[in-house]
Amino acid sequence: MIVIRKYCIALIFSGLTAFAFAQHGSEPTSPKTEATHQPTEATHEVPTSGAETAEHGAEMHGDCPCGAHEEKEEEFSAGDNAVHHIADANAIQIIGDVYFHLPVILYAPGQGWTFTYSGAFKPEHHGNGTLAKDGYVLVHGNVMRIQDPAFPKGEVALQCDPTHETITTEAGKEKIVYKIGANNTCYHLDAKTTLDGGVMGGGFTSFYDFSITRNVFTMLMTVLLLFFLFRAVANAATRNHGKAPKGLQNFIEPFYTFIRDEVARPNIGPKYEKYMPYLLSAFFFILGLNLVGQIPFFPGSANVTGNISVTIILALITFLISTFSANRHFWEHTLWMPGVPAVLKILVLTPVEILGLFLKPFTLLLRLFANITAGHIVIMSFVSLIFIFGGAGKSMSGTITGIIASVPLSLFMMTLELLVAFLQAFIFTMLSAVYIGTAIEEPHHDAHH
Amino acid sequence: MLFLADFSVIKPEPGLMFWTTVIFLIFWFLMSRFAFKPIGAALKQRELDIQDALDQAKMARQEMANLQAENEKLLAHAREERSAILKEAKEAKEEIIAEAKERANAEYKRKVESAIRDIENQKMAAMVDLKNKAGQMAIEIAEKVLQRELSNKGEQETFAQSLVSQIKMN
Repeated sequence: MIVIRKYCIALIFSGLTAFAFAQHGSEPTSPKTEATHQPTEATHEVPTSGAETAEHGAEMHGDCPCGAHEEKEEEFSAGDNAVHHIADANAIQIIGDVYFHLPVILYAPGQGWTFTYSGAFKPEHHGNGTLAKDGYVLVHGNVMRIQDPAFPKGEVALQCDPTHETITTEAGKEKIVYKIGANNTCYHLDAKTTLDGGVMGGGFTSFYDFSITRNVFTMLMTVLLLFFLFRAVANAATRNHGKAPKGLQNFIEPFYTFIRDEVARPNIGPKYEKYMPYLLSAFFFILGLNLVGQIPFFPGSANVTGNISVTIILALITFLISTFSANRHFWEHTLWMPGVPAVLKILVLTPVEILGLFLKPFTLLLRLFANITAGHIVIMSFVSLIFIFGGAGKSMSGTITGIIASVPLSLFMMTLELLVAFLQAFIFTMLSAVYIGTAIEEPHHDAHH
Repeated sequence: MLFLADFSVIKPEPGLMFWTTVIFLIFWFLMSRFAFKPIGAALKQRELDIQDALDQAKMARQEMANLQAENEKLLAHAREERSAILKEAKEAKEEIIAEAKERANAEYKRKVESAIRDIENQKMAAMVDLKNKAGQMAIEIAEKVLQRELSNKGEQETFAQSLVSQIKMN
């Protein structure tokens, strides 16, 4: 009963935060001030096809071979700002044009491995590199590759900042094409390979990015932090044997006992101890990254648990653990439910159960991803109010109005996100425990047969 | 103006997935080995210790109660014994006193009897002695009277008189 109630609470909470995420979906068009200010502004995700989105307006290094740029006033798009913030990057922008450079590891079939660091691209404004290195360029903090295999290797100076336009493919899909000018030629760029199969606008391209990106860097930092924190606690626990716990121990141990007594034991049953390390690791990994993501300045703020690549791996591990520890009872009830007519089994129950097998980790990965990303976007949007009201620094009174509106809203959202950080770590762990628990559940002798 | 950023967080990136896997697996391994294991063991140990301590306290309390009950019993027993002993002692005392009295009485009686007997004996002896002495004196007086009678009648009388007074002096 308690499990069901907890599950319901978890669902309600994730539903609430998903609502916040849904609001984000309509956000690019909703700020009216923005829309009236910038009639030509494209929405950040699905730009109108064929629109020449040359709103870029960075300075030129001579003539740009990729066509003339309309020199436009710098305009501010809250949507772009938020989406840029939550994205992964090859270099961390600390403030203005000051970067924290990270190692860049690239692989292109045919070209082999390229090891460098993001500083080698000499980024100046907006994370746009001014140098091409071995055919790679830095576009808005992300490494891209020049498609033309004839492009000279080594360092090549770029003539202008990258541009992009939206084209419609044969399949009728809109796609953003990035271009860069060098050697008086306009080159098309490839983004890094993604595994969405083109559904989200990515797909296999000419290179793979295995860099220590902002997210990887944050992950490493958080993991090290957690490890040393827990080592200190473990040492204290061993050394203080027979004494009352104190300091950090009192902070960490309740989490441990909470996961053990409220998550693992009631959901998994007597064999819970075997799964404790995973549940604890997942809980503290997610919690740590959520909280580090909440820090609004340099070492923090990365949206790691709000990146689907991370949640996919975590959900996959839960899926593998629950699937490989599943017993005969579980498979029997999944594939051939006893006590149900065969026709019903073949037509309805078994397909649904098999679908459910994959849907469970899918919801797991989507819930965490959506909640954290939504939180980041909402906070970024509230912060953006300052720039929207102030016309990106043009109107002082507008800026003040924006600050008055933005600060309490951001504060409220950050407090809420603090709760969400704990809640989502808990829900992920809880549901992992529930899935493992269902997989290893022993048959009740009184129920069937 | 910012670049038209695409919503990249929803695209699974092999690089990030690779690093997540590596970092999470290492994290999992290190944490379970060097953090969760000792912490879990310490917590379990502490729980056992606390349970133990509680059990022991309970046991000690029980024992205390038992001990107290026993003490009470012992005390009562001792009190009973004491009164019994006292009673016995009193009885013994009385008995001893009675016996002593009896004995003293008997002794006294015996002493008195023997004294009476002694006195009687002495008296008898004195009487015999007196009788003997009186006999002898009478004989001696008679002897002397006899000797004087012959010579002087007057003198004879005074002499007898002196003799008699001599006897009285004795």
